[in-house]
Amino acid sequence: MLFTELLKMAALSLVANKMRTLLTMLGIIIGVAAVIAMVSVGMGVKKNVVDSISRLGSNMLVIMSGSSNRGGMRGAAGSVTTLTYADAEAIKDKIKYVAHVSPTVQGSYQVVYGHENWNTTVTGVIPEYVSVQSLEVQNGLFFGEHDVDVRNRVAVIGATVATNLFDSVNPVGKKIRIGNAPYTIIGVLKSKGQSAGGQDQDDVVLIPLTTAQERLLGITHVRSINVQVTDADKMNEVQSNIEKLLRQRHRIRAGAEDDFNVRNLTSIMETMSSTTTMITLLLGSIAGISLIVGGIGIMNIMMVSVTERTREIGIRKAIGATYNSIMMQFLIESTMISIIGGLIGIVIGVGVAQAISKFGNFTTVISGLSIAASFGFSLFVGIFFGMLPARKAARLDPIDALRYE
Amino acid sequence: MSNVVTITGVKKLYKMGSETVAALNGVDLKIDAGEFVALMGPSGSGKSTLMNILGCLDRPTVGSYKLLGQEVSGLGDDELARIRNKTIGFVFQNFNLLPKLTSLENVALPAVYAGIGSSKRLELAMAALKKVSLDDRAQHLPSELSGGQRQRVAIARAIAMHPAILMADEPTGNLDTKSTGEIMQIFRDLHAAGSTIILVTHEPDIAQAADRQILVKDGQITKDISRGSDEIIDIV
Repeated sequence: MLFTELLKMAALSLVANKMRTLLTMLGIIIGVAAVIAMVSVGMGVKKNVVDSISRLGSNMLVIMSGSSNRGGMRGAAGSVTTLTYADAEAIKDKIKYVAHVSPTVQGSYQVVYGHENWNTTVTGVIPEYVSVQSLEVQNGLFFGEHDVDVRNRVAVIGATVATNLFDSVNPVGKKIRIGNAPYTIIGVLKSKGQSAGGQDQDDVVLIPLTTAQERLLGITHVRSINVQVTDADKMNEVQSNIEKLLRQRHRIRAGAEDDFNVRNLTSIMETMSSTTTMITLLLGSIAGISLIVGGIGIMNIMMVSVTERTREIGIRKAIGATYNSIMMQFLIESTMISIIGGLIGIVIGVGVAQAISKFGNFTTVISGLSIAASFGFSLFVGIFFGMLPARKAARLDPIDALRYE
Repeated sequence: MSNVVTITGVKKLYKMGSETVAALNGVDLKIDAGEFVALMGPSGSGKSTLMNILGCLDRPTVGSYKLLGQEVSGLGDDELARIRNKTIGFVFQNFNLLPKLTSLENVALPAVYAGIGSSKRLELAMAALKKVSLDDRAQHLPSELSGGQRQRVAIARAIAMHPAILMADEPTGNLDTKSTGEIMQIFRDLHAAGSTIILVTHEPDIAQAADRQILVKDGQITKDISRGSDEIIDIV
């Protein structure tokens, strides 16, 4: 009963000093909005990184051929040529929990259509590449097992290549020249945009693996094998099984170094996401400091307000207000400022985050946790910094307070 | 008649540097229910201190104060606040109304702190406003009322909780003659209806309204005269 009256009193005095209330609130509003906006930017960075890594395919192991080591002289990674298409097939057949295996070879070529030409990366792949890289064919088809088996000269091109060579013409069915041999375009990939590393993922030409090996590059080995594992928990098991299998197939003696290496994308992703989480926390805590400053603003104004209202406090005490009821009255005022300021701050923070993503072309992620945490913190700040002025008010001696001019 | 106030051997001492100053120096006083007492004295006499102690705004350093038979000299701040709330009504020289509240809300304020529900509270407040004939100004703010009307609202606030004692500290000090007459009439009416009133004043004319006049000087009661006595109090 008394509490609802104290609520009304506090609301009344806040309304009576609208300008002052608003200015006091501003600290909290800016604090909460800053926390939400900053954290949303941090979370956006994190989402970008995680997305682009997982766009490479989740649960992915990448097997690269290792460096050569002849008499202590070590070559560049990939300088040995022991990794083959047969290794890939063996992994697929013999190792459990493997969903897809995708061996690739690569070369850089000038691609020609009519009077147009374009320098791009030509990648030899098998059809499973589509699911491993989460590709989508926008127009036409992807090549099948048969094309790989018979080394067909067919190609699927990325959006950038399509634009540069064909402009507005539909490329499907047209012939392009790669390394002086004609290839028929059978499909165009849906655009994937830039990768995390800033590479244009649409600047690609995909041809059957065997065609690339034998008809274009003249090699028998593969550059890398991407292995998608069915279950994230099995990553380590699959990785060690692959290592064992390949050592056996490459006839590497016990104690000798591997001539390949296996990279685990999940662990890279974990590292990246923990790094970006740190960045988010850093941004959030810097913004959080402004909340504390806002809280000090509340304390400042409440102190002034208590002094100004000394006489009112004296009257209230004379007619029977207890320590607690005066304390509560002022504490409710500061808490109300922080609650209302917090709510306005949430609206503004969410608005700013959305504006950044809309006009700044930057992904922002508004998290419920950051909203709840910043609101909770502003509430805490309001109560904490309201405590001192409220105590000052409640401890006033009624006789002195009544005499105060 | 039963004693409302029984004060025995009350002293109020203040430390002023190394010296101890006695604002009250051994006061004994009994006030019966239904009495109308005027508390008089020059400034610095200890009259205000006595009033603060009687009004439970302050505690005696030494001595006993029994209010309605209950010893209150040793009570804590919150207990004194509750006694002020329920047992004592204050009327001040400068009215001390809250400027942002209407007459009715001002009068209802003590009931808020007593934890009384809103409908009952407004009922009490309205009844008190009727007693001072200001029920037609219930929704006015203090700034919209004349000085005399403000003081009547303050009296209504003081009597809203039906306190055992009504304490008035120079209630007419800021009022013109006409308003003074009105306010004193209200006190006389309340007295006639059975209220115990302690009126602090330094104007002999005002004190004449009371049945009993008490003169405080140098921290002690020097005269205590009931109506009908020939003695005249000269506060100078």
